[in-house]
Amino acid sequence: MLIRKASAIRPSEITSQSVYNQRREFLKSGIYAFAGLAMPDLALALADKPGKLKPIANLHPSKYRVDAEVTDYKWITTYNNFTEFGHGKATPAKTARKFKTTPWSVEVDGECEKPGTIDVEDLLSKFTQEERIYRFRCVEAWSMVVPWVGFPLGDLLKRFKPTSKAKYVVFETLHDPKRMPNQRYPVLDWPYREGLRMDEAMHPLAILGTGLYGELLPNQNGAPIRLVVPWKYGFKSIKSIVKISFSEQQPPTTWNGKAPDEYGFYANVNPKVDHPRWSQAKHRVLGGGIFSGREKTRMFNGYADEVASLYRGMNLKKNY
Amino acid sequence: MKAVNNNIVVAKLLLFLLCLLPMLLLLWDAVQQQLGANPVEALLLRSGDWSIRLLLITLAISPLRKMTGWGWLLRLRRMLGLYAFFYTLLHFTIYLGLDRGLSWMEIRVDILERPYITLGFAAFLILLALAATSTKSMMRRLGKHWAALHQWGYAAGLFGVIHYLWLVKADYREPLFYAVIFLILMLFRAGKIKKRLQRGFALYSGKERKPGFTPSRSQLSE
Repeated sequence: MLIRKASAIRPSEITSQSVYNQRREFLKSGIYAFAGLAMPDLALALADKPGKLKPIANLHPSKYRVDAEVTDYKWITTYNNFTEFGHGKATPAKTARKFKTTPWSVEVDGECEKPGTIDVEDLLSKFTQEERIYRFRCVEAWSMVVPWVGFPLGDLLKRFKPTSKAKYVVFETLHDPKRMPNQRYPVLDWPYREGLRMDEAMHPLAILGTGLYGELLPNQNGAPIRLVVPWKYGFKSIKSIVKISFSEQQPPTTWNGKAPDEYGFYANVNPKVDHPRWSQAKHRVLGGGIFSGREKTRMFNGYADEVASLYRGMNLKKNY
Repeated sequence: MKAVNNNIVVAKLLLFLLCLLPMLLLLWDAVQQQLGANPVEALLLRSGDWSIRLLLITLAISPLRKMTGWGWLLRLRRMLGLYAFFYTLLHFTIYLGLDRGLSWMEIRVDILERPYITLGFAAFLILLALAATSTKSMMRRLGKHWAALHQWGYAAGLFGVIHYLWLVKADYREPLFYAVIFLILMLFRAGKIKKRLQRGFALYSGKERKPGFTPSRSQLSE
């Protein structure tokens, strides 16, 4: 992986690289059309570069930016696990294209003094939107570096005044088979649910994501609002959230319920604890090409300095 | 008679090119960098798909011939089987080189401890043995044992199907589709398989020893 100084990456540079790639893609699609073998998929071509979605106003930089090359917009938006929109990594980019995310609000209830509902517009305007360049590590042993836009989850949670009984935070994705076509099939126990312990949720690294590459989130990436917890496997970072609850009990979560021995509640990135079917010691960085090889996975996805203290004294082999 | 021979030569040539096509498309996409964000995964999945597809097509030849009475189908079977092996070899090579980067430690652990890889590897070894004994001279040398040896193709199919089922996370549609096809193909052989298993158990328990399996004419026709 190319190592750059953190300060050397600015959103403007990221964009210009993609514009450059766009030219290459244009040439490639020309070759394809000429050869008559296959036309590159329209949706994939559309998802090629930023510039289609609304830029996020008042975007602030943040100190949380990884010293690594940011993954191309094209890869971040065409290689998605979003089971609500189908299987196959490239499927959500196509099937989520017409997904309507306005109006959208998030209901907050459970163990708190001021339960209520908040509109996405308020999430965008009442909270400082920061660019956070995070490593993203999937449980399937691949990774990317993503320039998210978002704000600390804790900032939102505090507004609802969680009580002393609030030990966990529970998240729910929209459940609407008409809009999320794969929810018609019982492949997962819909709606998708995830949870964090209260101290994890209040950690400054845990954010609610509103954007990508300085713009609103593309649908396939969990628009309009999603969770981003960079030290945990990607499936914890639930997409298209409509409900947040404070709970005294550890909540049942989707993948953990489907295969408890494969996907834990904590799901912290941990190179020493293998998935039963594959090793977690290394991962493949996306966008590197055929001969790029794999990199060593780091404890807590490289965020050990920030989050290791949350798990002091815990057996992380047992609490995987 | 001459015309029939010419027809089979043409059929074989067309089949050869047809079976090569997935490989050419894969190469083309690789060179054009059209394999997406995770090209190694794409290469693995696509080579694996063609491996299982061609293996099932090979296993379908015998029942198809019985249903249609088209004897010439049997003369295409060896090429199909060899292509099934070819895509399996490609799949395995991509795994060894591009996916695991020839890290023998990791590969060893994978094969020994990860059941779906163990089964995939076993299927590869079986197909390797079948490919190595696919020539006319090997058929002659193995005599009656040849047909018995090549019934291991069923085991390769079973292992291949389970290999696919066990690596899937949530979407079982495609591996289940192949599993159902495999089961249907095996139903045609229910009698044969039952006999083989009974003989196997009998040999194992040492109670009785039946005479060895004699290949039918049709199995030796190629």
